[in-house]
Formats: sequence, structure tokens, C-alpha cells
Amino acid sequence: MGFQIGSANIWTVCGTCENSSIKETILRAAPHDTLLIKKGTYKEFELLVDKPLVIKGIGYPIVDGERKGEIFRVTSDNVTLDGLFLINVGVSYTKDNAAIRVVQSKNFRIQNMVLEQLFFGIYLEKSSHGKVYHNRIIGNAVDEYNSGNGIQLWYSSDVEVAKNHVQGTRDGIYLEFSDRITITDNVSMDNLRYGLHFMFSNHDIYSNNTFENNGAGVAVMFSKFITMKDNTFRKNWGTAAYGMLLKEINDAEISGNTFEENTIGINIEGSNRIKYLNNDFINNGWAIRVIGACYTNSFKGNNFMYNSFDISYNSKLNDNVFEGNFWSSYTGYDLDKDGFGDVPYRPVKLFSYVVNRTPETIVLLRSLFMDIIDFSERVSPVFTPDNLKDAQPLMKIRS
Amino acid sequence: MLKILKYSFYDLIRSRWSYVYFLFYLTLGFVLLFLNNDVSKAVITLMNVIIVLIPLIGTIFGVMYYYNSKEFTELLLAQPIKRSSIFLGQYFGVAGSLTLSLVLGLGIPFVLYGLYRSNAIFDFTLLLVTGAFLTFIFVGLSFVIAISNENKIKGFGYAVLLWLFLAVVYDGLFLMSLIVFEEYPLDTFSLVATALNPIDLSRILILLKLDISALLGYTGAIFKKFFGTDLGFVVSMAILLLWTVLPILGLRYKAKRKDF
Repeated sequence: MGFQIGSANIWTVCGTCENSSIKETILRAAPHDTLLIKKGTYKEFELLVDKPLVIKGIGYPIVDGERKGEIFRVTSDNVTLDGLFLINVGVSYTKDNAAIRVVQSKNFRIQNMVLEQLFFGIYLEKSSHGKVYHNRIIGNAVDEYNSGNGIQLWYSSDVEVAKNHVQGTRDGIYLEFSDRITITDNVSMDNLRYGLHFMFSNHDIYSNNTFENNGAGVAVMFSKFITMKDNTFRKNWGTAAYGMLLKEINDAEISGNTFEENTIGINIEGSNRIKYLNNDFINNGWAIRVIGACYTNSFKGNNFMYNSFDISYNSKLNDNVFEGNFWSSYTGYDLDKDGFGDVPYRPVKLFSYVVNRTPETIVLLRSLFMDIIDFSERVSPVFTPDNLKDAQPLMKIRS
Repeated sequence: MLKILKYSFYDLIRSRWSYVYFLFYLTLGFVLLFLNNDVSKAVITLMNVIIVLIPLIGTIFGVMYYYNSKEFTELLLAQPIKRSSIFLGQYFGVAGSLTLSLVLGLGIPFVLYGLYRSNAIFDFTLLLVTGAFLTFIFVGLSFVIAISNENKIKGFGYAVLLWLFLAVVYDGLFLMSLIVFEEYPLDTFSLVATALNPIDLSRILILLKLDISALLGYTGAIFKKFFGTDLGFVVSMAILLLWTVLPILGLRYKAKRKDF
């Protein structure tokens, strides 16, 4: 039996206690009770939480699923999971087994959990108004087909995902059909595919996250009204790796982010009315690569530093605005000392146009011939869009 | 041959031009490091300089030295010395002193700025090695051109043309053919075409160590796969060596048959 405190009981679970099984204690507990799990190893799986409970670990007790299936399944509102160490989720090719699955619940709280040896980590399904806070998810994914995502949100809304650390899974954080999600202060690294993956999710905010060394960086696809702020995208290197991949994104704001040492900083396709403000692009292969059908975007106050190509464009049509950016390869002057260069800067090199057309020509990178050609194109543009220029390039770096 | 090498070498070491060349690299190294304060960034800028300037200076120096020392060469030819040792001695003297100026001129500032403590040391060594190769290759080529042309103006013209061709025109033709034949698979072609030109080959070798993020884009992968591996590195070094040996053989051949 537990102890009565007010109307709610506290149940203590440990190996030598009266209650030695989490599963049975959950069955015995009444709604709004608290389970305190003492340190130890519990070999249990498919723990169904179907009433509002607080399940709290003390000293990180280990719940070992022995690779037999899902570990926690939450189907009730107002459930809190706190401070447990979950390992060995069963890998299945027919079911998306997760360490924690939350189904059609509200006001859940998953915090301070450690998940290892997993398939899917935290899977939120048709759930809302919850919080996933300060969890550590360490996978050891090798192949895409038999690995799962770290944190997955499917048809969920109004969830806060904060201060989590996800690494070694397929997609670090994955959102599908999920609206009004806030993703802040997370670290997602060394994942097989994307650090963060958005599909059909609108009105989401992600800020202050770090995405590092993921197979393909971050992908944001088919979504509207997304705010991306102060994130860091680093070292996403590879044949098809992007710091950030935007596809069919409309009305977004991308500001204050840092893109460093990626093969492609931002790859943009079919994305309109996006504001790119005050971002830093440092040491990327391509800082921004525009593939097609991108209209009414504006790039203002960004720093472009030491990228092999600042902007790459594959059409002659330009409807995007570049204004007041700092370009490290700008060679103009500022006679009236207003802080803006007097000659416009043309960020699209002829070489990047050529590389778009015939990718093999990348071998001529940094050759004298290409420098000469680039120079002459810059003086009188023929192949690159004539109006694609920054008329007010900053003379000093925006700090 | 060693005596003549020694003579040419000391002659050049004492000459004003060697000092100018040495001082140029010394200032370049110091200024770059002073402005950047980052050894690996400075290596990138240096690459641009090395790829263009070393072949040019090698070519002009080689031709100049040959024509200037022509009278002395004729004097030597009257002595019982093998022809090949006269010319090879001169060649190694010129190339050796130029390489020395390069290595010392760039090495001193980099060592003073703490190269040993940075991880750019391998990149830097590679830079110097390719620089040395380029010096030997272009001095050799210019000697062959000079020995084949009695007329100084013609000799100079051909030598500069050769530099222009390998440094600029070759890449232009290469680019044109890539664009014209863009419908076809071009991976092997571009690999071979790069390997055939010593300037392009040096550029790619250094680039793969530096600008990796851009080159790793999807076509870059094939270059990375070839030049980035140990086998590719050995093959490229072998090609550079071949480029060094060929002009030397040409020089020997020409020297044996030339009628003075």
C-alpha cells in the first residue's frame, strides 16, 4: 500500500519492496497518484499508463525492455514521466516501437529521461499541450531502414520540446502534421539522416538549437509560418548534406542563425516570402543555393564570410531582394563614409552558374582562368541575373 | 655535374634575384600571417599565389639564366666535360636555388608564427612539396625551350606562352569541353584532364586538403575518392614526378644533339 497524502497516494517501487513491479503498481494506483521508482533494474516492457499518474525515478532506475517491444505507452491526460533510464526497445519492421509513446493525451510531461539502445525514442501521437524537457536520447543507428527517430511528433500540437540532447538516431527530431510546436535549446547531432525534419507542420518555432554533423542536416518541407531563430547548423558535410534544406516553405522567418562549415548552408526550393535576417554564413561550400521558383524573399543584414560560393542561382530571373549584407569578398569602396559600399556587390559568380549547369566543372575551383572569367562577368553580367545584386553592401561586418 | 651544379647554385645564391625572390616570399608569409593570424587561412591564400606565381617565375628565371650564361656554357663545352652534366648541373642549380628561396622564404615566417603547434603543418608541407615540384617542372620546361631556340625573343615568347597555356588556356579548353560534352559522363575525363596538367593537379591536391566542404558536393565525391585516398595521392605524386623527369630527359636529348 502507498501513503496517503491529501487525496493522492505515493507508491514506492523497488526490488525488495512490497511493490517490486512498475506494471503492477500502475494497475493498483488510483488516478493522480505518484509512483516513486527506487534505484535498480526493472525488466519490464509494455507499461500502459492509462490514468493520470506521476512516475518519478530516484537515482535513475533502469527499465530494461529486453528488446521485446515498447516500454511506456501513455494513453491518459496529465501524465508525468521523470528521471528514468530506459534501455533496449524492441526493433520491429512492422511496428514503430518507441521507448515512450504518448497517444491522444493532453498535458503530459516527459522530463529528465535517459533513453539508450532504442528504436524510436519519444513518440507523440495525436497529443497536445505537453512538454518534452531535458531528456537525453542516445541511439546507435547504423542503417536507415532499421532505426527510428529520436523525438517524433505526429498529428500533435502545442507541444514544447526543450533542452533535449538527441544523437545517433535516424531523424533527431521529426514533425509531421504538427502545429504550434516550440523547439528550443536542443542539441541534435550525429544522426543518420536529418537533425530536425519538418513535414506539413505549420506555425512552429525553433530557436537556439544546435544541429551538428547530421547525415543530411535539417530539412524543413511543405510547411507555412515557421520561425527559425538563433540556431546553429554546423559541419553537415557530405554529398547530399545541407545545413538547412527548405522545400515548399512559405512565409517563414529565418533570423540570427549561424551556418558554419556545411557543404550547402541553405538549399532553397520553391519557397516564397521568407525573410532571412542577420544570419551568419561562415566557411560553407555554398552559403545559399537557390534551385528554383523562389519569389519575394528578402536577405538583409546577413554576414557572408569565406564561403566558396555565396549565392548560387540556376535561373536568370530574380525576384528576391538582397540588401545591407556583409560579403567578405566585396572589394568596393565607401567614399561618402555612410557604412555602405558605393558599388553594388554581385553575389552570384559566373562559376557557380557553370557548376550548376555542369557539376563536373567544380574541378576548376580557384583556378586562375575561373577568377578571370568571374571578374569579367562581375563587371558586365551576361549569364547571371542582372538585377541580382546587393546595392548597399555593408563595409564592416555586422556584429 | 656536381661541380657545375655547385657553381650555378652559388652563382644564383649570390645573385640579387634570388634575394628578391626570397624576400618576396618572406614578406608574403609575414604579411599573410599578420593579417590573418590563422595558419590554415594563410595556407589557402598562399595556394592561390603558389599555383600562379611559381610556374611563372620558374619559367622566366629558367629562360633568363640559360641565355645569360650562354657564353660561359660555350666556354665549358670546350672543356672535356660531358654535355649532359653541364646542362643538368645548371638546371639543378637554378631549380635548387629557387626551391630554397621558396622553402626558406615561406618556412621562416610560418615557423615563427607557431606552425608546429597548429594542425596545418601537413597542409603546409604539401604546399611546399607541390611548390618545389612546380619549380622543377617549369624550370625544366623552360630550359628545353631555351636550348631549342637560339633566338632569345622567340625563346622567351614560347616559354611565356607555355606558362599561359598551362595556367590559363588549358583550363579554358577543359571548361569548354566539359560544357560541350555535358550530356556524357565526364567523371573519368575530368579526372584525367586534371591529372595531365601539373598546375591543375597541384591545385586539386591542395584544395582537397582545404576547401573540402565545397568539393564534397556531389560531384566532388569522385575527386575526393580518387585524389583524397592514399592511392590517389601516390598516383598524383608519381605524375608530378613524371612531369619533372620528362623535361630533364628532353634536356639531355637536346643537349646531346645540339650543334653549338
